Parts: sequence; C-alpha cells; structure tokens
Amino acid sequence: MTGNLLLRGLFAGLLAGMLAFGFATVFGEPQVDRAIAFEESTGHEHSHGDASAAPEEEEVFSRQTQAGIGLFTGVMVYSLSMGGLFALVFAYAMGRLGAFGLGPRGLAALLAMLALVAVFVVPGLKYPANPPAVGDPATIGQRTRLFFLLMLVSVAAMVLAINAARALLPRLGGWNATLLAGLLYGAVMVAAAVAFPTFNEVPEHFPASLLWQFRVASLGIQVVLWAALGLAFGWLAERYLLGAPKVRRGARLRG
Amino acid sequence: MTTRTASSPSGDLSLPALPLGQILPWAIFGGLLLILALYFVGAEQGATSMFSGTAVHEFVHDGRHMLGFPCH
Repeated sequence: MTGNLLLRGLFAGLLAGMLAFGFATVFGEPQVDRAIAFEESTGHEHSHGDASAAPEEEEVFSRQTQAGIGLFTGVMVYSLSMGGLFALVFAYAMGRLGAFGLGPRGLAALLAMLALVAVFVVPGLKYPANPPAVGDPATIGQRTRLFFLLMLVSVAAMVLAINAARALLPRLGGWNATLLAGLLYGAVMVAAAVAFPTFNEVPEHFPASLLWQFRVASLGIQVVLWAALGLAFGWLAERYLLGAPKVRRGARLRG
Repeated sequence: MTTRTASSPSGDLSLPALPLGQILPWAIFGGLLLILALYFVGAEQGATSMFSGTAVHEFVHDGRHMLGFPCH
C-alpha cells in the first residue's frame, strides 16, 4: 500500500511540477533576467552572460538552456521528490490523524498546506529566496548549512505541534488544541529566527521592487506546487483507498 | 476494516493506520533517493560538491534561485 501511494505521490508531483514550471517561466524568469542584467551592469559577473569578464569561469550553459530545460529539470526533480516524500508522510499520517475526521482529500490538502508553511514560508521569512546578484559567494557554505538546518528545525517543530494537537484534542477540543499547537510552532520558530544569524548581502542600488517581485514569484511557485500536489494526491489517494466515486456507495475500504 | 453504510450522510472517511514496519522500507530507500535528488537541485556544486565543476549548478541555476535555495 505504501508503494502504491508513493507512486501516486510521484504522479501528483509530476503534475504539480509542470504547473509550477509554467508559473516560474511566466512570473519568475523575467525577474531572474532583470537581476542578471543588474549583475552585469555592475560588473559582479559570475558565469552567466558573456564570459569575457572571467576567462576561467566560462559559460557552461546558455541563458536559454538555464531558463528552459534547466529550470524544467530543477523544478521537476524538486516537485517529484516532494511528491514522493509527501506520499510517505501521508502514508504514515493517514490512520494516525484520523481523530480529525478528514478523508483522504482533506488530509492531503491539510498536509500540503502545513508542508508549504513548514518547508518554505516560515524558513523563508528568515532566509528568503534571492535572485542572482544577491548573496556573497564567500558565505555560501554557511548560508546553505543554516538554510537546511532552519528548514529541518521548522519541519521538526511542525511535527511536534501536530503531535501536541493530537494529544490535546480529547481534553481541549479541536479549536483550542489546534490554536495551542499553532502557538507552539510559532514560538519555536520565532526563537529559532532570533537565534540564527542574519545575512544582508543585497548589493547597493539593487532595485527593491525587483527583489520583492522575485520573492513574490518564488512564493507563487511554491503555492502552485503545493496546492497542486495536495489536491492531485488527495484525489488519487481517495480513488485508491476508497474506490472510484461511482462504486463508492457502501463500498468496502480496500486494505 | 470498516464497512461504510449508505445511510451515513458524508460517508465514513476513516482510514487504516499502516504499520510502521510496512512504511519503513519505502521510507528508507525512497526517502533517501528523493532527498539525494533534492540535494542535487538545491546544493550540489554550491556549498559542497560530489562532482567537480559547475555543470550541475549552472544547469539547475534558475530553479535553484526560484525554489529558494542559496545559490551563490
């Protein structure tokens, strides 16, 4: 059963990735191009565009390749991986979060929403997505470690909060248990955000509006991805777990 | 397994809890592969490198930026 759900997760990830790629092409690429243009105009060249500035750093792929098949590959691998991991989380959660009375589609939608918050939105408030030209190559190691560490803290805090909600549910009821769990997650993440170092590596005169638009596009990609993943997976999982809608009335739950 | 009756208005949506032992093999092999794939999109040839050069970094460059990973 886990294997079947995993396949369905990959399939949902495939669909979500294609939609996210479309969104990224339309709303994200223009911002990347503008950021690279800024980068080139200020001479902070690093291997995009013309390679004359640094002979040893010659252009490996054209911008067209990076924005086309390269972006497609990146988004698809990300989306497929998230789809698979999502299915594994769903397989673990489905009988265990039953007290909340959600069906497969409701549970998948809830988990996708929580994943969007825990994997991207909240860690991104501390370490947001940056366009080309933003970021000092000297700190890439430290920033990468902290980025993944904060993501890990966020996911762990979310798991803790969900378990807290489950434990409190019988005593406090759904509303108060969920509120307290949300408060717990928020408190852990505020503490982590205060404890983690801050980086400000936006170059002088980098357009603030471009930075904002790039980050909004980046958020949009993730919203499209997780919404599509949650809804598509929920639909696929329901068909598997409860049978196709036509024959569902009075049907047995397949084990 | 629960049998749902046609009379329940919204249908019983309770789902079986899969035993951990059934999920674990998938979680270990699948999970590791998927996390390795994420690593290649998100971090390879940025902060750390399994392969020398910049081809992986440059190929997924735009995706890495837009998906929120630190790129350079």
